Amino acid sequence: MNRKELYQRLQIAGLTEQQRQNIAAEMDDCGDHSLPLPQSELIPLNDLYGPNDLSCLQDLRVNSVSFNIRTLDQLIDRDKLRETDGFPRKIRIGRMVRPGRNSHGKVIVVPTTVEEKFIHDNRFDQKPEGESSGGGSGEGEEGEVIGEQPVRPEGEGEGSGAGKGKGANHDMESNAYDLGRVLTEKFQLPNLKEKGTKRSLTRYTYDLTDKNRGFGQVLDKKATLRQVLQTNIGLGMLSEAGEIDTTKLLIAPRDKVYRILSREKDYESQALVFFVRDYSGSMAGKATELIVTQHVLIFSWLLYQYSGQVETRFILHDTDAKEVEDFHSYYNSRVAGGTQVAAAYRMVNELVKKDSLDRDYNIYIFHGTDGDDWDREGRETIPELKKMLSYASRIGITIAEHSYGTSGNTEVQAYLKKSGLLEQAQEMLRLDNMSEDEGEDRIIEGIRKLISE
Amino acid sequence: MELISQQTKLIMEGCKERARAAGLRFENETLEYVVTNRDMLELTPKVMIPTLYDYWVHDVEVLREKGKYELYPSNPYETVINTRPAISFYNDNNPDWLNVMIFYHVLAHIDFFQNNLYFRHTWDYDLTGQALADKRLIARLRSEHGRWVDYVIEFARGIDNLVNYHSELSNIHRKSNDCSARLDFFFDVFLQGVKSVSTSEYMKQVEAYNLACREAGKLGEQSFFAEMVRKHPEFEAAFEKHQGDKGRKKSDLLQFLIDHSPMLNSEENRWMKSVLQIVRSTSIYFQPQIRTKIMNEGWASYWHETLFLQDDRIKGHEIPFARVNAGVTAMPRVGLNPYALGMRLFYFIEEAANRGCYTHDYRRLNNMEQKRHFDKKLGKGCEYIFDVRENYSDFTLINSFVDQDFVDRNKLFVAGRRLNEERMTWQYFVKSRHADDYQQMLFDTLYHPPKIEIDEEKSREGMLYLNHRLEGKPLVQEYIANTMLGIEFLWGGTVCLETSDAEVEVGREGEATPEAISWSRVRYQMKERKLERTVL
Repeated sequence: MNRKELYQRLQIAGLTEQQRQNIAAEMDDCGDHSLPLPQSELIPLNDLYGPNDLSCLQDLRVNSVSFNIRTLDQLIDRDKLRETDGFPRKIRIGRMVRPGRNSHGKVIVVPTTVEEKFIHDNRFDQKPEGESSGGGSGEGEEGEVIGEQPVRPEGEGEGSGAGKGKGANHDMESNAYDLGRVLTEKFQLPNLKEKGTKRSLTRYTYDLTDKNRGFGQVLDKKATLRQVLQTNIGLGMLSEAGEIDTTKLLIAPRDKVYRILSREKDYESQALVFFVRDYSGSMAGKATELIVTQHVLIFSWLLYQYSGQVETRFILHDTDAKEVEDFHSYYNSRVAGGTQVAAAYRMVNELVKKDSLDRDYNIYIFHGTDGDDWDREGRETIPELKKMLSYASRIGITIAEHSYGTSGNTEVQAYLKKSGLLEQAQEMLRLDNMSEDEGEDRIIEGIRKLISE
Repeated sequence: MELISQQTKLIMEGCKERARAAGLRFENETLEYVVTNRDMLELTPKVMIPTLYDYWVHDVEVLREKGKYELYPSNPYETVINTRPAISFYNDNNPDWLNVMIFYHVLAHIDFFQNNLYFRHTWDYDLTGQALADKRLIARLRSEHGRWVDYVIEFARGIDNLVNYHSELSNIHRKSNDCSARLDFFFDVFLQGVKSVSTSEYMKQVEAYNLACREAGKLGEQSFFAEMVRKHPEFEAAFEKHQGDKGRKKSDLLQFLIDHSPMLNSEENRWMKSVLQIVRSTSIYFQPQIRTKIMNEGWASYWHETLFLQDDRIKGHEIPFARVNAGVTAMPRVGLNPYALGMRLFYFIEEAANRGCYTHDYRRLNNMEQKRHFDKKLGKGCEYIFDVRENYSDFTLINSFVDQDFVDRNKLFVAGRRLNEERMTWQYFVKSRHADDYQQMLFDTLYHPPKIEIDEEKSREGMLYLNHRLEGKPLVQEYIANTMLGIEFLWGGTVCLETSDAEVEVGREGEATPEAISWSRVRYQMKERKLERTVL
């Protein structure tokens, strides 16, 4: 169903003025979801101190950082000590991760910090649209436009441009698993507990696989006989090949080999995580950045919790849902189009049903949105959500509220509340709403909310 | 790091001879190193000073978008650093002709470092040696006090842009006028400021003093004051108070903390003072670099161009040179390039001085036509730019020489960027071709740390009261808390900062109403690591 048809159907069902506006805004959004191309940034107009001899004259790359001295661990350790000493942390973790392009489970870590000083704020009277002035030279009358640069490629700006090249040359690749460990240990994210009928990650089975000499549950006759012969050869009881008088053999207690009951890790129980992200037009900018950052962190954390036994599926939705292959595309796809949450949930349900995933996996679903939904009442969304609740271990919905809206007032939140599911299925459904401007502390706090018992 | 090969060094020595013949002055010893990418990794966070002290922030990516250069006054990443001997860095595989160009560029930088008066305080010692000693000291302290050393470095660096560099300079450049402090005070402050005497009375006093000197010779001053005190009995007290004030007022925040912080001056914390001292002197060392970016790069570009083209050794490489040189010194269509701007200013000044445009005769002309054809053929251009390189900084350079002639000659303009919502494009346009506007735009881009002083009157009962003098821009608010936290730690008590916050009322979108900015004076108080904001 395309957007127009959907809109017409919704119109028949009746729309409020506010909603009509929201929809209209996304209706005409004819952008596509392609991965961002390497973009030209806005030309700096007054970057007097940017050029330097090394790059201008000799083309020597100036790196602002080196990682050869400390590992991430040390940095985080040091940062944690700051809290003990009564100072705020300085290393920003939320800004330091993004998924790597190729290998599954790799994230790129860029530890960042800022040295605070009293400095003049040059931004305070700048117009929000980024108008500015600076130097120029050449022909042209006053007022004459001398050049244009399309906005569209810049559309998302800093938004989900997490994959953008700033500092890309000196990233530190790290395993998402390691990051998960860091998150678990340093930020005290809770460990998963076994609960109810759902299987938890580290199951143990007991099996008679180990061998033990001297005692045990079941005698391994073949192995014992071999051991006995070996001992007797050593003692010289068996001089030559041929007839063996078994009665003359000495049997030492240590020669008896038993099978013994032992604890085995069972990796059968795995987690399957659906990451669902709203990439409609309204998600532009910070909202997207916040959601994808949180999802990288959740992904890393789960990877650690399940000792790497995590399967991931990535679903993006506007009015339609689509599954993408890897975290990289999930992370970097551009925003455009309208919003229909139900489409994504329906897709999750279909995928689970088709492959009977609920039989073999602990299923986690994390959904990030700005709370807009054309389906204002949740008429289609709620039934799908109920279906999901029947098999999921946890559904975590993050709403990144736009700074221009009022808090706690988004459509998704409204219909979730109304449905009463948040209370009924409190064990399995969690909702967290935060402002899109929030920093990483809040993001990590948000993860805690979504996954805590 | 390895030194450049003997053969390349020979080329460098040849460049030195030619540069000297052209009038550049610099010490004979220089060190040239070949750097690899690996070396660069280690050097760049340390502003290319190989011996700078270790600090963990050097190991992580520093977010610079907000303040950018405002946070880092040290104008890093030069090919040459201001040390004795000057050290410069080279790519391994530069062709000879390129090295010649870079050598000239480097030599002009060295000439600038060693002759521009804003660098006066860096002439008497070698930074690499000093930095090495500092590095060792910090390493030793770290072994004794652990991570607390890093906290002290961090907090000191938080205020290392408030070091009052100009007053440091003025102490060096102050020339004695052979008058005692008492005499200076009497004639400069007491008579004019305190007593506000009339001009005739003032002249009378000068006459009286001269008379006393003539009569009593060396004892003239003494007898003059003996006479004077009878008339103004309050003089001695006023003078003493003035002397006392002068001692304290001058010091900047970092120095003030070193001298007066009760926390730092307690027995067990005394070691912190040396850390603060290191941070302060390092900062002061780098201050002139960022204040002479246009000058320094312009000067170096002027000379690498001039000297390269005269150099007989590299004939046949004019085209590759032209390409590289254009990349460095071409005026961008939009944006600023300190190399291009500075170099054009030097050419412009040289030509104007040759014509005699900085003479009284020229300034008296008020006819454009006459001005245009004015040419005294003085031939003083070269001398004049050497004088400029010695005595000016970016601000004074722009203030003195960016005029309409210069702007017109180089077709400069203030460029603007705005959003065209219909076409969804950023439009770049010519905003103004007036020299005043262009000059103002340059001023606005220049490095300028905020002016924050210690208010002694309000600093009472163990509290430190800082006063930010508003210069049209507020402070970056997100940074206030952590910076003040550091100052509180170093001071060991409550710290207040009085500043102004701006509230910008943005006109509704699409409306052309200019936005209104309302300023309110506020006080931030950092007490026991809690920040409180009060509107005054």
